[in-house]
Amino acid sequence: MLLNVKDLRAYYGQVQALHGLDFQLHQGSLTTLLGANGAGKTTTLRAICNMVRSTGSIEFDGAPLTSRSTENIVRLGIAHVPQGRGTFTTMTVEENLQLGAISRSDKAGIVSDIERMYAHFPVLKERHAQQAGTLSGGEQQMLAVARALMLRPRLMLLDEPSFGLAPLIVRDLFGILGKINREDKVTILVVEQNAQLALELADKAYVIETGRIVMAGPAKEIATNEDVRKSYLGY
Amino acid sequence: MELFTNQILAGIATGAIYACMALAVVMIYQAIDHLNFAQGEMAMFSTFISWQLMQWGVPYWGAFVLTLAIAFAGGIAIERLLFKPLAKAPILTNVAGFIALFSIINSCAGLIWDFTIKQYPTPFGSSPFLGSQLISTHQAGMIGVTILLLIGLFIFFQYTRIGLAMRAAASLPESARLVGINTSWMIALGWGMAAAIGSIAGMLIAPVVFLEPNMMGGVLIYGFAAAVLGGLTSPFGAVVGGFLVGIFENLAGTYIPGVGNELKLPIALALIITVLVVKPAGLFGRHIVKRV
Repeated sequence: MLLNVKDLRAYYGQVQALHGLDFQLHQGSLTTLLGANGAGKTTTLRAICNMVRSTGSIEFDGAPLTSRSTENIVRLGIAHVPQGRGTFTTMTVEENLQLGAISRSDKAGIVSDIERMYAHFPVLKERHAQQAGTLSGGEQQMLAVARALMLRPRLMLLDEPSFGLAPLIVRDLFGILGKINREDKVTILVVEQNAQLALELADKAYVIETGRIVMAGPAKEIATNEDVRKSYLGY
Repeated sequence: MELFTNQILAGIATGAIYACMALAVVMIYQAIDHLNFAQGEMAMFSTFISWQLMQWGVPYWGAFVLTLAIAFAGGIAIERLLFKPLAKAPILTNVAGFIALFSIINSCAGLIWDFTIKQYPTPFGSSPFLGSQLISTHQAGMIGVTILLLIGLFIFFQYTRIGLAMRAAASLPESARLVGINTSWMIALGWGMAAAIGSIAGMLIAPVVFLEPNMMGGVLIYGFAAAVLGGLTSPFGAVVGGFLVGIFENLAGTYIPGVGNELKLPIALALIITVLVVKPAGLFGRHIVKRV
């Protein structure tokens, strides 16, 4: 088991956003966390990286995360692509990629990984010297994924990667995520509102409602569940 | 015409000092979003330390380098002890912190070295530069050291990983933490560097304004004017602003009747207000748009 979350509760000031979440991510799995706006999906990801006040236990490969700072959690190999992508807009595309690897010290590996990212995402190579803020939304999302991969993460957390992107680009992006999961053996947890696509991609799914997990199971089963179909797939 | 060229060159020389102070101010502003009112006093104290080292027999450049190191460590210590605990405090608490720091350093310098004016040596001499009457060797040295400093800083921020990390931490702290950057130490490092840059400004201007605890008061106001003119979010702008303010100050003092030396400082303040009214982000600063 790569990530084991038990009784996770999170708070924004006095407001409790998560009410005791339990979930596990297995090594090499691709899991999706579904839910409506305000259900607590983003908060869950932020709690894993200790960016919101929380209680409960989170273990990454046996190591407790709750008392670590965000940057130390990242350095364990957890890459977080935040909502809004977190692009360093005033820096170049290549500098963004270098920042993704800033906690690594293997210079040759970083150089070859940048080339690998350019192979994954040819558009980033074309724009490597351009200010990242001038990229389109889809390109910025590619950059955010590439920046996260530069960490050589063992676990990648993605917060609504499809947000604001055209459907075709979302398909592309999800295809790449699947490939990263299969080929690079990166465990992925993706939070999505685009339930249909996320369920096609994932092997396991959790559904979260007002800070509680209300359903869990293989993605295929969840996709055929009557309630999920009505509430999240809309048919 | 010669008077004009002379004033421009003299302006560039003092402008170099304002550029250093503005750069120090901007570095801390970028890191913590506050203006360091004590920047001048930190520079003054460092200058006293270098003077003390020279009194003890350390040669000029030895004292110069040692002072840089001491100022760097001192800047980090001030951040860790005073401003890290205030990181989440309201703006007025921070302002109070800066004012406290200002008067503590000022009084300590007076206590240790008293308030009498002291001569401060220049390693460049003060003969005419290259036989020209336009500029002295010390003024040329001020410009030269500043340019070397700027080139060094440019290389540091543009081509080193730690420089890249510092830029990232200043521009988007949350994203920076998400790639594993310890933003808190980047802020401390920014303080250390700002203190070291300020100490260079202090040591270069001390032969001109003489060494005493209040020597940096006027210089810091010009530094603020330069930073505001160039844009508080742009280190490049701060440097350009510094040179512009230096030139402006000299030309105004020479050519605008009735300004003279006495009214130079109000001119810097008028410049700050004018820029804030006409172009609040400064010449090179970026407007920060917040989503609501």
